[in-house]
Amino acid sequence: MTEELAFRGFEYAAAPESRAIVSLEDAYGHYVGGRWLEPSETYTTISPASEEPLAAVGQASAADVDAAVAAARSAFDSEWSALRPAERAKYLFRIARLLQERAREFAVLESLDGGKPIKESRDVDLPLAAAHFFYYAGWADKLEYAFPNRRPRPRGVAGQIIPWNFPLLMLAWKIAPALAAGNTVVLKPAETTPLTALLFCDVLRQAELPPGVVNIVTGDGRTGAALVEHDGVDKFAFTGSTEVGKAIQRELAGKGKGLTLELGGKAANIVFDDAPLDQAVEGIVNGIYFNQGHVCCAGSRLLVQESIEQPLVEKLKRRLSTLRVGDPLDKNTDVGAINSAAQLQKIEELVAAGEQEGAEIYQPPCRLPERGYWFVPTVFTGVAQSHRIAQEEIFGPVLSVLTFRTPEEAVEKANNTAYGLSAGIWTEKGSRILWMAQRMRAGVVWANTFNRFDPTSPFGGYKESGFGREGGLHGLEPYLRFDEDGGA
Amino acid sequence: MTRVPVRKTYKLYVGGAFPRSESGRTYEAEGHNIARGSRKDLRDAVRAARGAAAKWAGMTAYNRGQVLYRVAEMMEARTAELAELCEGREEVERAIDRVVWYAGWTDKLSQVLGGSNPVAGPYFNFTVPEPTGVVGIVAPAEPALLGLISRLAPVLAGGNVAVVIASEAHPRAAVELAEVLETSDVPAGVVNILTGLRDELAPHLAAHLDVDALDLDRGDAELERAAADNVKRVVFGRPDGQSPYDISKFVELKTVWHPTGR
Repeated sequence: MTEELAFRGFEYAAAPESRAIVSLEDAYGHYVGGRWLEPSETYTTISPASEEPLAAVGQASAADVDAAVAAARSAFDSEWSALRPAERAKYLFRIARLLQERAREFAVLESLDGGKPIKESRDVDLPLAAAHFFYYAGWADKLEYAFPNRRPRPRGVAGQIIPWNFPLLMLAWKIAPALAAGNTVVLKPAETTPLTALLFCDVLRQAELPPGVVNIVTGDGRTGAALVEHDGVDKFAFTGSTEVGKAIQRELAGKGKGLTLELGGKAANIVFDDAPLDQAVEGIVNGIYFNQGHVCCAGSRLLVQESIEQPLVEKLKRRLSTLRVGDPLDKNTDVGAINSAAQLQKIEELVAAGEQEGAEIYQPPCRLPERGYWFVPTVFTGVAQSHRIAQEEIFGPVLSVLTFRTPEEAVEKANNTAYGLSAGIWTEKGSRILWMAQRMRAGVVWANTFNRFDPTSPFGGYKESGFGREGGLHGLEPYLRFDEDGGA
Repeated sequence: MTRVPVRKTYKLYVGGAFPRSESGRTYEAEGHNIARGSRKDLRDAVRAARGAAAKWAGMTAYNRGQVLYRVAEMMEARTAELAELCEGREEVERAIDRVVWYAGWTDKLSQVLGGSNPVAGPYFNFTVPEPTGVVGIVAPAEPALLGLISRLAPVLAGGNVAVVIASEAHPRAAVELAEVLETSDVPAGVVNILTGLRDELAPHLAAHLDVDALDLDRGDAELERAAADNVKRVVFGRPDGQSPYDISKFVELKTVWHPTGR
């Protein structure tokens, strides 16, 4: 089939999005107290699709982090906490509008720095990031209604560390509820994707947000550690790997600070024999190949009812051969570049383990660019629950297929993981959807759909996928303190 | 002739039974020999709790509320005995009232903590609270009865199961409460109570990988660090307080999406 398509020359003409809308500085500092702080040390952020250097960015030292926390504290004490909530809301509305106005610029930069397809940064990341600010803007002066009888008030300075898979969107998930609740923020974007966070500082300038309310420091894990260890941070929020999440929880032990963690996942996407197979295939593809599989809630384990394994896998393989892998800035691209050399190495290691442990690998014929970091969309069949590729989060475009016979077995296998972030269910039977949904030990359950996100919809994990929710009214709670917590 | 009273042997409460500590140890508190639970007892208690979790969580909220109300009824019947083991009748009455208060929360919680979410797309989306699972409770040293009830009742109201380390200094109220629970239609294993030395038992509870959440009597860096091994939810419970948000600390929020369409 694939050979036949290739023979007929079913190729798409290049449709690149113009880079001209983005004008990058040669070097960026840290955004502290509304000004650019000269970094003492820098590193280069590159485009993972071409390995082309994009800009020099700061590697924040403990002293830089200290300056950022001090600026956040000062802004909280002097201005932000005294501002009327309705005025606070208006700053957030402004930010939402500015992001909408500059959406194309941000989308291009996101794809450039992170490697994700432009159609995803354009149609998912940017609209959702703006929507998050718009949604939480409206909460800022309604907290008493959200939390009646609890006298909600801000915690103070929020420290936030975000991952590289949805850089600007994760920034929005973190900053919007924190500011709506009346806190000030020190945020560290991921080492490999700092540029949209730095461009966001220009949005803050345009919004005339008071200096110090949002501070952004860039750098690697050392910068993150300095922020976690800083005594001046009242509440900490982290999205990233379970390993680092545990280290943060340990570090904060005994300090009495607020903490929320949004960590890894190994979601089961469960397909029953009565599911509409073509729709399910689209859901499976979206579940694991969306954003190169760099998604904590990715449907990385396909649990398929035994009787339909063969036709489903056939359809899936055929669909895989039509995925367009390549230039993130091409508007036709489905799967972009792997975010970094380190991540590519991790994916390759786990895929090698999958082959070694006896699972059967399938990769469609695929021409990859010569430079940059790439990985062909991959399916493993014949996967056992004990295989590493069924247990460990790969965070790449790699799907492990397992089978089940009964709904009970599907539940057992789906929950057989230390993670508990998300799950997918595909069946036409309503009662079975609800029965399954009740039994999934996971914070988000998608039935007959997958990877849907919305600012009003709480997101977060069970078990080792972390605690706390982002999105919705629930996402405000970690940024507030209440009467029942005691103290002022 | 004076009658010699029959004294009570103070034992553990695990899986609906009252065993001695497998270690054969006791310690003296409140003038009595009290079972001194061991790490092995604690593991047995966690296993019993895990085994009971699905049944308790699977009961209807209405049914769980009735069971908790039954606990209050049984406490009321033992008011005199319980009053001997704490500050007195007033503490017992407040504890009973607190159980009744939480009994009324079981079937109201999901409307207060959950709801439907107006997502911008053709989907029906709703959020429901679900029990976190096995909760380890290090009970406050005092008040002996009210402190324990204030921590245990929200955990149970949320549909969780519990492994409790009783107050080391005032363990007898906890043992009496175990006898109340055993006669209150609370399924075996839903509540497990260990007496013994806090500092000996608590680290094992905090480090146990089949415990999902930890309710601590005070900030404790060592226990909190151990809790991170499986990302336990760590709560610092108030020894005297009641709130639906004390329940909310022991629930997980699950959000379900489904497309709408013809």
